[in-house]
Amino acid sequence: MTDVVAAPAAEVTVARGRGALPAWRLLLRRPTFIVGAAILLFWVVCAVFGHLVAPQDPLAQSLLATNKGPSAAHWFGTDQLGRDVFSRVLVGARSILVIAFFATLLGTVAGTALGLAMGYLGGVIDIVGGRLVEAVLALPLVIVAFLFIVAVGPSTLTVIIVIGLVFTPLIARTVRSAVLVERQQDYLASARLLGENRSYIMFIEVLPNVLPVVLVEFTVRLGYAIFAIASLSFLGFGVQPPTPDWGADISVNYGVLPAGYWWMTLFPALAIASLVVAINLVTDSIEQVIAS
Amino acid sequence: MATYILKRLGLALITLWLLSVIVFLATQVVPGDPGRAILGNLAAPSAVRALDHQLGVDRPLIEQYWTWITGLLHGDFGTSTQFRAPVEPYVQAALVNSLKLAALAFVIVVPLGIVGGVVAALNYGRPADRIISVAGLSATTVPEFVSGIVLIVIFGVALKVLPVSASAGAGASPASQFQHLILPAIPLVLVLFGYIARMARAGTIEALNSDYARTATLKGLKRSVVIRRHVLRNSLLPTITVIATQLGYLIGGLVVVEVLFNYQGIGQLIFKAATAKDFPMLAAGVLTIGVVYMVATLIADILATMLNPRLRLGGAE
Repeated sequence: MTDVVAAPAAEVTVARGRGALPAWRLLLRRPTFIVGAAILLFWVVCAVFGHLVAPQDPLAQSLLATNKGPSAAHWFGTDQLGRDVFSRVLVGARSILVIAFFATLLGTVAGTALGLAMGYLGGVIDIVGGRLVEAVLALPLVIVAFLFIVAVGPSTLTVIIVIGLVFTPLIARTVRSAVLVERQQDYLASARLLGENRSYIMFIEVLPNVLPVVLVEFTVRLGYAIFAIASLSFLGFGVQPPTPDWGADISVNYGVLPAGYWWMTLFPALAIASLVVAINLVTDSIEQVIAS
Repeated sequence: MATYILKRLGLALITLWLLSVIVFLATQVVPGDPGRAILGNLAAPSAVRALDHQLGVDRPLIEQYWTWITGLLHGDFGTSTQFRAPVEPYVQAALVNSLKLAALAFVIVVPLGIVGGVVAALNYGRPADRIISVAGLSATTVPEFVSGIVLIVIFGVALKVLPVSASAGAGASPASQFQHLILPAIPLVLVLFGYIARMARAGTIEALNSDYARTATLKGLKRSVVIRRHVLRNSLLPTITVIATQLGYLIGGLVVVEVLFNYQGIGQLIFKAATAKDFPMLAAGVLTIGVVYMVATLIADILATMLNPRLRLGGAE
């Protein structure tokens, strides 16, 4: 019964959407996208204007008001040093978003270049690149990242480079298969016959056609990057205290959780959860629109 | 079939060797002098040098690698700089603990993920599918320690129905151990659920759209019979492979979960070794994880080959 009712409705939406509207208008019609984008936008605003938006100084300690539960003065309570948890959560959006963005960007740019070269040039580059991808995939990624960071020492830059490098072969693999599909197209044959050089064809002809794939990879990897960065911060290998950071704040305060001081860990945890769920809603919507 | 297994075995050994080199380099390049780390800042330089010499960390790298790798092959994993005792008993005990936790998570998540994926596929495009897909994807990307904290706050702090520490203490009954492992297992289940459900969903959708499923429907079989006899058998094959590849994520997740719940497993062991710069322990822990991961992937590959008649009879690849 539900088949009969649901199917035509879905078809009508698709048919109407496909007719006239550009992709971004299609996105705005999806409630999942709007919810996800709104949450994401909220955290981006916090990351950019955090210090102006926060009601109190996230670094200001108050030894007379430590471990206070949520109240009108401190919405999310205070931590073990008497710092305002609400302000730290707002400002804490900055570190994770900045690191995640640059790590994913590094991985996407390097991975796209490698994938283009592997898929279009083929030959030795494809073979060597293929082995590299297999080697990275064969090892537990978190363990490799963990070893790297232990070896080099924790810093923001280390985290960006390690996560970017780990992403590179993964993104390269996806881009490579998209390029292999494009290679069969007529426009590439005509470009070759016109005598265009290889880098022109790769970057001007092929790249724009695989960009949707690259965009989806970027948003998907952004979610994973946040996962990895938050986990590394939680283990103490990411952003170092006293800088407000969700993972690091949880790391410092989860020890007093059994004593009933839940607010200093729960709120940063919910912030991380809301951010990854928002990115997933956006990613899922983009994938759906591209697929339709 | 035999050649395929041999080839997989060879690849696994090469990867393992690669991992040993990475582990060795990472544990040797680490800034910080182990002798200094053990003796503290106040120790005399001569004492530090003497200890470094005793530990063998002042010799050339290639020589150290050779001693280390031949020692490993003879079953000698070195001496922990933290406990000044052989590392094997620590690693062994930790591995057993981790396997208990991982096994519990697996027993819960495998049926749950498969059922979730199949239900989503059978309701393709409808609200049930969207809910399972989006919830699964979200659960997968929420870090284990985040869901772990929410669980601790709800069940450990507010309701006080489950213990917030995973260790039941020495000599605890299996029932008590199980009770302590419930909370730590759930974050692992959440992360794995999305992956397994997505794969089971994709496999089922593909099988539902196949020619043989259409033929079965058109020849008048009931939908339930088509699904049971034709769709599920084909759709669950790729899921087995995915379950095995997720072991890598599971191992990464163990580090975080074991640290959060203070559980003496292999994840907490390598975390503590890394923080204490206990390189022999760190190396032994990471290599143990590597071996377990490799063996699991290998078994899954062989299992998938044996279950798929096309690969079994025609020779893989």
